[in-house]
Amino acid sequence: MTGTITGADGRTRFQTTVARVTGHQLFWPVVALVVLLLACGIVSPGFLDVTVRDGHLFGQPVDILRQSATPLLLAIGMCLVIATGGIDLSVGAVMAISLAVSLTYIAESGTGSNLSTALTGLFLGLVVALAIGVFNGFLVTVLGIQPFIATLILMIAGRGIAMLVTKGQITTVTSPPFKSIGSGFVLGIPTPVIIAGGVFVLVALLVRRTALGMLLESIGINREASRLAGVKSRNITWFVYILCGLLAGLAGIVYGAPTMAADSNNIGLMKELDAIMVVVLGGTKLDGGKFSLAGTIVGALILTTLERAVVIFHLPTQVTPLFKALVLIVVCVAGSERLRGKLKIRRTSRPVVAAEVAA
Amino acid sequence: MSPTSTTDTAPAAAKPVVEMTGITIEFPGVKALDDVALTLRPGEVHALMGENGAGKSTLIKALTGVYTIDSGTITVSGAEQRFDGPADAQAAGVSTVYQEVNLCANLSVAENVMLGHEVRLGPFVNWPATRRAARAHLARFGLDIDPVSMLASHSIAIQQLVAIARAMVVDAKVLILDEPTSSLDKAEVAQLFDVVRQLRADGVAILFVSHFLEQVYDISDRMTILRNGRLVGEYLTSDLPRLELVSKMVGRASEDLADIEAVARRAAAPSEGAREPVLQALALGKDGSVEPFDLDLFEGEIVGVAGLLGSGRTEVARLLYGADRPDQGTITVRGKHVKGASPLGSLQRGVALASEDRKKEGIIGDLTVRENIALAMQAERGAWRRVPAKELDATVAKYIDALGIHPANPDALIKNLSGGNQQKVLLARWLATAPKLLLLDEPTRGIDVGAKAEIQRLVAQLASEGMSVVFISSELEEVLRLSHRVVVMRDRHKVGEIHNGPDVTTTTVLETIAASGSAS
Repeated sequence: MTGTITGADGRTRFQTTVARVTGHQLFWPVVALVVLLLACGIVSPGFLDVTVRDGHLFGQPVDILRQSATPLLLAIGMCLVIATGGIDLSVGAVMAISLAVSLTYIAESGTGSNLSTALTGLFLGLVVALAIGVFNGFLVTVLGIQPFIATLILMIAGRGIAMLVTKGQITTVTSPPFKSIGSGFVLGIPTPVIIAGGVFVLVALLVRRTALGMLLESIGINREASRLAGVKSRNITWFVYILCGLLAGLAGIVYGAPTMAADSNNIGLMKELDAIMVVVLGGTKLDGGKFSLAGTIVGALILTTLERAVVIFHLPTQVTPLFKALVLIVVCVAGSERLRGKLKIRRTSRPVVAAEVAA
Repeated sequence: MSPTSTTDTAPAAAKPVVEMTGITIEFPGVKALDDVALTLRPGEVHALMGENGAGKSTLIKALTGVYTIDSGTITVSGAEQRFDGPADAQAAGVSTVYQEVNLCANLSVAENVMLGHEVRLGPFVNWPATRRAARAHLARFGLDIDPVSMLASHSIAIQQLVAIARAMVVDAKVLILDEPTSSLDKAEVAQLFDVVRQLRADGVAILFVSHFLEQVYDISDRMTILRNGRLVGEYLTSDLPRLELVSKMVGRASEDLADIEAVARRAAAPSEGAREPVLQALALGKDGSVEPFDLDLFEGEIVGVAGLLGSGRTEVARLLYGADRPDQGTITVRGKHVKGASPLGSLQRGVALASEDRKKEGIIGDLTVRENIALAMQAERGAWRRVPAKELDATVAKYIDALGIHPANPDALIKNLSGGNQQKVLLARWLATAPKLLLLDEPTRGIDVGAKAEIQRLVAQLASEGMSVVFISSELEEVLRLSHRVVVMRDRHKVGEIHNGPDVTTTTVLETIAASGSAS
């Protein structure tokens, strides 16, 4: 008996180390990201190089970071909404509305090159996004409409609203300060990266330094028990929808600023699904509860790297969705607890038999 | 190593149908089962005994294929089995009827009985034949009910029998009954036991789990006792006196147990002369829930609430706490009138409610013990002011120690704990808010002798320290043992208030319930 137990212990210690690493929810997403980057590096030598030009960072990795800003901003809000057991389908449309409001204000003011005009435009766009978040949260928490349906309303109506704001035109403006939100540099780092990084740090502090994160998870896991424990689930859930709306607005402005064209039909199209995919890639389950904000960074990087890889591999860009789906399948299957359970049975069943033979 | 079963009765000579040996199951942070054995013989009722957390549920789930065992062997009808899911276990002839009736209430009786075994006609279901088959199966258990009727239209007892009929559709060799009697009255239990005896006579091996010792002695031939995930032993029921059974389950000498009860009783000595009530309810009521009632609750006093299931016991507690909004009457807490009762408001006023439904209204399964204890404390302070880590750690350590929460690991997920320990964690959650008034709704349900005595003693101790406690339980003995005053409920009315004393017995309370029945 003792002999087999020692044997089992030695095996377990090694296995627990391996299991702790491979069992971490971010293990497979990180593997996918590294594999993608390496594949790109092999196909296109120099892909991973970063150079400094005019004091600014340049190179493919920098571009990937820059383009990850939009999905990351969306996914941070989406992640918190999903933690409460909800979903926000309107974020793509909110991007279009915010950008339309900002650019329309700047266009009508006629003083696009003024910094104050650009800032006011930014502010107005964010206020509208915030108001939309308030509206979504109201539908979900006060009226008790299912989040999927409640946010579907603005997903459908949102682009129409954006069209109303721009009077059916693609509003274009010339505003260097506004443009720099999307294409400028701060200390050599692209502005969107600074914005998304800053937002991430702020939200992470907000969620983990206060008790908001724990209460979000408790609401997502067992809403009624949380209510009976005194958790203000309505206020907290509402707050999260507002934050999600606000971040979607910011994402729209960051995304649309470089072109300075409010193309209401195309800005943020299907981005809500990208955001959900990023959250899932980051190891957060759609049924709410436990969530991983750090995972959204990995998820956003995978998404952007994928889009870049399609170009690097000289594939027609039309197949990008297929690639997204493939990576999603691989990561989800690899991270599947059920599959891991099955593999574990197979692995442990053999030594048990051996031990019995030995005994 | 293997425990003693002294004498073998004649029918027990049959070859075992199930043999489980060396069963070990580990969850993260918890060793749920450690080298446990279980043998089931055809034509025998075998009771699985143990306290909460002893590993009964886990062992059953290993046998039914819900959990995969980490080591050990399971042999059914002589063939070694490795169950990959409940379907495998069923295919091997092991059927289960769970504690909560696992049927579809909104389907017909016939559909429930025959689900997955419908009589087929090509790709279609032959409904008339299916219903006939269902009727035949039901008749086997003396159930003469319309197979087309909706399951929900029948009593829980009938549903329980339908569940057994369903389990036996596959001609199971082994039938597991997990707490089948917890929501049945006496006559219904007798009806159920008739069916069990009939199955035993038919040669089915029955594994019976129940907290009711009387029923275990009434129906079982043999028993296996577990404690803390380990095997204590297998015994013939006729050879094992009750007191010895209890001490084996609890792991203490039986004199100690009697001592605990005595302590609980002594500590519960009434402390009269309280001045202002902690909470005063005047004409408090809610349509369709409870008729208006008055109630004063004083410091240091335990008020029991007695009444049958559905008499409005739970609803009283929910109204006092603000879990449900009263639509009439007033609540005054320590002289202050309460407007818009809500759980959060109640917690801030020092009122806490431990709900009867641990799973749905209590635990946050995927969070840790620490987080579950912190929840109410944290909710009281709001989302932005986090309870400092030091303070929280101290609180959690204090209650894990004081309540004897096992495992004593604050980072274990609460869903991996046993029912009794989950209940202790929930008590810790409410106690951590330092309530002046604690409403306990069935705090000892599904908990056995040892843990029950612990919780009773805790309640008595809290009251002696000045807390006001409302104690709701369907066990009258328990209510009478602890309470200074007993509120009697019947048909959603408060029908009386009895001051507890030496001359008050369960009969007194039952008479109050019955008398009011004839009066109204």
